[in-house]
Amino acid sequence: MIPDEYLQTFVVECSELLEQMEEALLTVEQAEHDPEIINAIFRAAHTIKGSAGMFGLDPIVAFTHAAESVLDRVRSGDVIMTSILAALFIEVHDHLSVMINHVATGSQVSLETDNHGKSLIAQLAEYLSEILADQANFTAEVPIIHQFRLEREQSDVVGTDHWHLSLRFGPEVFRNGMDPFSFVRCLFSLGTIVQLVTLIDAIPVAENMDPECCYLGFEISFNSTSDKLAIESVFNFVRSDCLIRILPPRSKVSEYQRLILELPEQDMRLGEILVKCGTLTPKELENILCFQSEQEDEIQRPIGEVLVEQQLVSPPVVEAALEKQQQIKDHKKSEASLIRVDADKLDELINLVGELIIAGAGTNLIARRAKMANLIESTATLSRLVEEVRDSALALRMVQIGGTFNRFQRVVRDVSKELGKEVDLIISGAETELDKTVVEKIGDPLTHLVRNSMDHGIEAAELRLALGKPAKGTLKLNAYHDAGSIVIEVIDDGGGLNKEKILSKAIELGLITETENLTDKEIYSLIFEPGFSTVDAISNLSGRGVGMDVVRRNIQALRGTVDLDSVPGLGSTVRIRLPLTLAIIDGFMVGVGNAAYVIPLDMVVECVELSAWASDEGDGQYLNLRGEVLPYRRLRDHFNAEGETVQRENVVVVRYGEHKAGLVVDKLMGEFQTVIKPLGKLFNGEKSIGGFTILGSGEVALIVDVPGLMSQVEHKGITVAMA
Amino acid sequence: MAHMENKKQQTQRIVITGELTIYTALELKDTLLAVLLTTNNLEIDLSEVSEIDAAGLQLLVMIKQHTALLGKVLRFSGHSPVVVELLNLSGLAGFFGDPLLMAHTSI
Repeated sequence: MIPDEYLQTFVVECSELLEQMEEALLTVEQAEHDPEIINAIFRAAHTIKGSAGMFGLDPIVAFTHAAESVLDRVRSGDVIMTSILAALFIEVHDHLSVMINHVATGSQVSLETDNHGKSLIAQLAEYLSEILADQANFTAEVPIIHQFRLEREQSDVVGTDHWHLSLRFGPEVFRNGMDPFSFVRCLFSLGTIVQLVTLIDAIPVAENMDPECCYLGFEISFNSTSDKLAIESVFNFVRSDCLIRILPPRSKVSEYQRLILELPEQDMRLGEILVKCGTLTPKELENILCFQSEQEDEIQRPIGEVLVEQQLVSPPVVEAALEKQQQIKDHKKSEASLIRVDADKLDELINLVGELIIAGAGTNLIARRAKMANLIESTATLSRLVEEVRDSALALRMVQIGGTFNRFQRVVRDVSKELGKEVDLIISGAETELDKTVVEKIGDPLTHLVRNSMDHGIEAAELRLALGKPAKGTLKLNAYHDAGSIVIEVIDDGGGLNKEKILSKAIELGLITETENLTDKEIYSLIFEPGFSTVDAISNLSGRGVGMDVVRRNIQALRGTVDLDSVPGLGSTVRIRLPLTLAIIDGFMVGVGNAAYVIPLDMVVECVELSAWASDEGDGQYLNLRGEVLPYRRLRDHFNAEGETVQRENVVVVRYGEHKAGLVVDKLMGEFQTVIKPLGKLFNGEKSIGGFTILGSGEVALIVDVPGLMSQVEHKGITVAMA
Repeated sequence: MAHMENKKQQTQRIVITGELTIYTALELKDTLLAVLLTTNNLEIDLSEVSEIDAAGLQLLVMIKQHTALLGKVLRFSGHSPVVVELLNLSGLAGFFGDPLLMAHTSI
């Protein structure tokens, strides 16, 4: 039996690989032929096969093997990755997910799944057999891959058909438990070694030689039909501390020049070795060395500079190459520096940081009361540090929304197949970060919105053409930060919402009366009411009348809101607004009566003294803020606060989305880091309070839920207006 | 491991038995260099070498170069199959210039 924790790692790894694979497949399916992407798919399949083999999961190994063989053919160019093949591979991917799921849950694979797998293997085998048939008249042509090929190179091509590998092993290779010759032996599995020269030049004299250090190097002439990646992968384990240069067959003369320059040995000696390997003919070597000697004194300079001077490459090309190298290095670094952490541990950390903030605030308060300057100063430093700890702790939980967005490539693909509509998905703002818990919970509502847009929003191709739109519909997913929240938009270029239809349906359902005068926005929001659907034909995907209300409920549970814009004939935009994090916020503390309240600082626009304005003598509903109409509410009235009234009341102007409102309070008490503690179930009905927090003094302050309060203010406004 | 045999006064013979690998390289280096101090004519018998890796090969190269530097004579003899195989693979047989039994190359 496999220990559970290993199996879990395996499952997690596989799901990640499958995700990458899916992403790559979807790109390939859209007819993008990038060998890197094919390689990515292959690598994913290969790794899954390898790990599955380690756990003895034979069915997965067998299945993946079939897929891998075909992929290998694709890689070598024998099979073309058509969209049909890509679609087959997407099925393969799905089947793999199912199998891995079975592993995760420890359940047996059902007969049906098993048969499905067999039929997939059979389909894959067809691709292989075709190839085998073709193989007879297929003359093995070596794929020529020029990675990072520099443009404007005009030098001749070296005539050899063999790869040339230059290996210089690092001193630690032996101590790391590796034998350079084992890599050489490994090469035999990819092709034949035409000639191998062992370099012993680096071995120092006896006194200085450490027998446990590796001083060896190889120059190898290698005949293989594998690609560069496969050859490189042989050296995966030693890549970090070794100098490895791989030149494909028929490389440019200048590439050999560079090779000679880069390697530690003397040029002449190296040249001889290359001739000995059969990589270069003596004539070719002469050419190269001749060229080299012309710039003998320049050899100390960076190779890039020399090349530029020789006008072999233009500076931008060199820069691009360097940048690319840097990127690859960076990428490797970032891969290596990732740690998997249990989400629970993170939650615990955040919780502790929360407590720390509360304790810090308490100390601060005591210091101020004691009026000890030193202590106040040190607590100030402390609280700054705590603030930083808080920010970085929260940043740990922040993830980019891109991962979630990318999942929709698949959703869009599947749904467009199902509906027979062609839809392009455009993703922007993928790097926008938000709390992990929010990301996890946003997936379902988003899926629903995307499906809805595709089903109801985007018209059928014929209709689109008749309307003068491109036949292919466009769906955009966009995310950005705005006023302490993240906004996620689902935009389609479909027909938009039909106002009349919504109105008549709403009246039919008794949601509104015919006499009601609603703004466009209010009309559109009606579709979020339970049981609402204007589509007559209920499709497989949406239109059953469940859904939009669930979407809204899910988003509200995250303290978010959802609204909808629509232009008839041009499309609609669903906008979800979510708080960035659920745990700690920067708050603005205000006093009302004897109690303190916290308003999220992100939402505070400004604070003004109430009496300085035209006061609210009129209808008691609106203020005149520099000519702007501002609905307002006295928190004292709203919360029925007790305590003495003050002479000069203040107005805190808050903004949420497009709405602004004023909150009248007694005292402004300044910024305050707030750890949100949830309220008990008892307070579920209270929309205007989002939670509570504990002050340094041990007192409790309520956190004002601005959106909730605003909707109450507005609602009240409407009812008053109607009455 | 190395065993010394005093065949003649002039020619020191040393037999390396068992592993000639990274695990024994450090020890062998000292032994071989020590022996080399005592003689001008050394023969290293490799017939008992059961395992050789790159570290071992590198050690042989070093000792060969070192003797040449001192103007002494070093000969390897009785190469065991694993040694022959590695010499063929590395293409260093010519460097050592010792007669090899090619019958063992079928590995």
